[in-house]
Amino acid sequence: MKNTYLITGIAIISILSVIALLAPWISPYDPAMIAQDSLLIPPSAKHWMGTDSLGRDLLSRIIYGCRISLIIGVIAVGIAVFLGVILGSLSGFYGRFMDTLIMRFADIMLCFPTFFLILAVVAFLEPSIINIMVIIGLTSWMGPARLIRSEILSLKEREFIQAEKAIGASSARIIMRHLIPNAIGPVLVNATLGIAGAILLETGLSFLGLGVQPPIPSWGNILIEAKSTLGIAWWITVFPGLAILVTILGFNFIAEGLKKIIG
Amino acid sequence: MLSYLIRRLLGIIPLLLGITIISFAIIHLAPGKPTQIEQAFNPKVSQEVRLRLEKLYGLDKPLHIQYINWLVKLGKFDFGRSFIDERPVAEKILERIPITLTINIFSLILVLLIAIPLGVKTAVKAGSAFDHALTILVFLLFAAPTFWLALLLMQLLSIQLGWLPISGLKSLDFEYFSFGKKILDLAHHLFLPILVSTLGGFAGLTRYIRSNMIDALKQPYIYTARAKGLSQEKVIYKHALRNAILPVVTIIGLSIPGLLGGSVIFESIFAIPGIGRLFYEAVMSRDYPLIMAEVVLGGVLTMLGNLIADIAYGYVDPRIKYKR
Repeated sequence: MKNTYLITGIAIISILSVIALLAPWISPYDPAMIAQDSLLIPPSAKHWMGTDSLGRDLLSRIIYGCRISLIIGVIAVGIAVFLGVILGSLSGFYGRFMDTLIMRFADIMLCFPTFFLILAVVAFLEPSIINIMVIIGLTSWMGPARLIRSEILSLKEREFIQAEKAIGASSARIIMRHLIPNAIGPVLVNATLGIAGAILLETGLSFLGLGVQPPIPSWGNILIEAKSTLGIAWWITVFPGLAILVTILGFNFIAEGLKKIIG
Repeated sequence: MLSYLIRRLLGIIPLLLGITIISFAIIHLAPGKPTQIEQAFNPKVSQEVRLRLEKLYGLDKPLHIQYINWLVKLGKFDFGRSFIDERPVAEKILERIPITLTINIFSLILVLLIAIPLGVKTAVKAGSAFDHALTILVFLLFAAPTFWLALLLMQLLSIQLGWLPISGLKSLDFEYFSFGKKILDLAHHLFLPILVSTLGGFAGLTRYIRSNMIDALKQPYIYTARAKGLSQEKVIYKHALRNAILPVVTIIGLSIPGLLGGSVIFESIFAIPGIGRLFYEAVMSRDYPLIMAEVVLGGVLTMLGNLIADIAYGYVDPRIKYKR
C-alpha cells in the first residue's frame, strides 16, 4: 500500500531537520548581522529572500528560525507526551480514586483556552524559549493522557495482560512492558499533530512579542516586522509564513499517514 | 433527562472550583508577592494602588484564606479595578464583549453556510478531482497561521487593491456619519476580520462533515431509502445529512476555547477592541486584575460551551438516551 501522505511528510520534515542541524554551515550570512547599506532589499542573487529593515539576510534568519521552531515543537510535545503517558497509564491501570482524580484534573485543564493560559503565565514569567516549551508542555498533556487511558482500559481486560498478572508480574512491569507499548499508537498521531500545534502556538506568541525574544530569530518574531512593512516589503510577510506553512503541512501529513497505518 | 441535567449542573461545581484554583495558582506562580512584581514591571503603580491591591487580594493572610476571599469576590462579580485606568474590570470586559461576539457569530454563520454544502459535495463525490482539490485546500488552510493569512489578505485587499481599510473598527469621521453609513462603515471594517476568521474555521468543519457524510452514506437506512426509489437529493439531504450534521452542534460548543484564544492574535492584528485585544493589552501592561478576570472568564465560557454542547446534542439526537 502506498502511503503518499507519510512519505511526503517524512521527506519534508527530514529536509527541515537537516536545515535546522546544519544552520550555521548553510546559512549564507550571520542572521544577526546588521548592514546599514542593505536595508529592505528585495529578493536578489545576493539575498535570495531579501533583507529586513535592519539589513539582516532573511534567508539566514529563516534557516535559524527553523531550528527554534523544531526544537520548541519537539521538546514541548515531548514534555506533554511524557506527562500524558504517565498520568494516563496510572489513571487507566489503577482506576477508581486515581482515575477520578487525574481525569477530573484533566477536565479542569481542558476548560482553559490554551492560548489564554499560556499568555497569563508568560505575563508573570519572563518569555524565554525554555519557559515557552515548558508551558506548552504543561498545558497540553491532557490529550495524550486521555488516549493512553482509554487504550489501557480496553487492553487491561485482554488475555495476555491477565496471563501476565497470573504469573505474578509487577504492576510496573505490566504497565511499562505491555500496556504502554501497545497503547502508544494513537498517542503518536496525537503527538505529531501536537508538534504542529506547538509550533503554531510559538509563532503566534512570538508574533505578539511574548514568545521567542529578539535578537534570536523565530518565524513568529520575523513576522512582527511584516506588519509595519506591509506594502513596502512583501518578502518579509511571504517567506516566514511559507516556512511555517510547509512545516505544519509536513507534520500534518505524517499524522495523516500514521492514521492510515494505525487505522 | 431532568436527572441528567441536574447531575450535569452539579458537575459544574467542582469544575468551577478547579478553574478558580488554577487561576489563583497563576497569581502566586511568580516569585515574590504579586504586588511587588506589579511594581517592578509597571513603575506607574503607586504606593496607594499597591496597598489597595494588597487589600483586594488580602495578601497578608494565609493562602487558603486569600483564596476563599477572592472566590467570594468573584461570586459577587467583583474582579477588582484595572491598574491602567482604575476602572472596574467587569465593566471593561463587558463593553468589549459585543464586538468579539459579533465577529464570531458572523463568521460562524458563514462557516456553516460554506462547510455544510462543501462537506456534503465532497463526500458524495469522494475521490473526484473536486474532492482532491478541496482536500489540498483544507490541508493548506490548516497549516497556515491565521495571523499570516490576515497579513496576506491585508496586503492584497487593503494595500494592493485598496478595497478595504487595514485595521480598526471605524473611520476617523465615524461620528458624523448617518445611521446607514455608520452600519456600512462598520461592515467595511469588519469584512476582513470576518473573512479571515471564516477561512480559519471552515477547513476543519468541511473535513468533519465530509467524513461524517461518508459514514452516513454507508448505513443500511441509506440503502433502504435508495431501494424504495427516493431521488438522490432526498437520500442525501433528508436521510444522510440529518445524521451527519448532528455532531456539528457539539463542535460549535467545543470551538469556544479556540475562538477565544484566536481572538487575541486576531483582534491585535486588526486593532479591533474586543476581549481578545483587551487580554493582550492586559498582558502587555501586566494589568493583573484584568488578566485574572479574563482567565477565569475563558475557563467558565469554555466549560459552559462543553455543557451546552452535550445537552444540545442529546436534545437534537433522539437516539441518545440519558441514563444513569
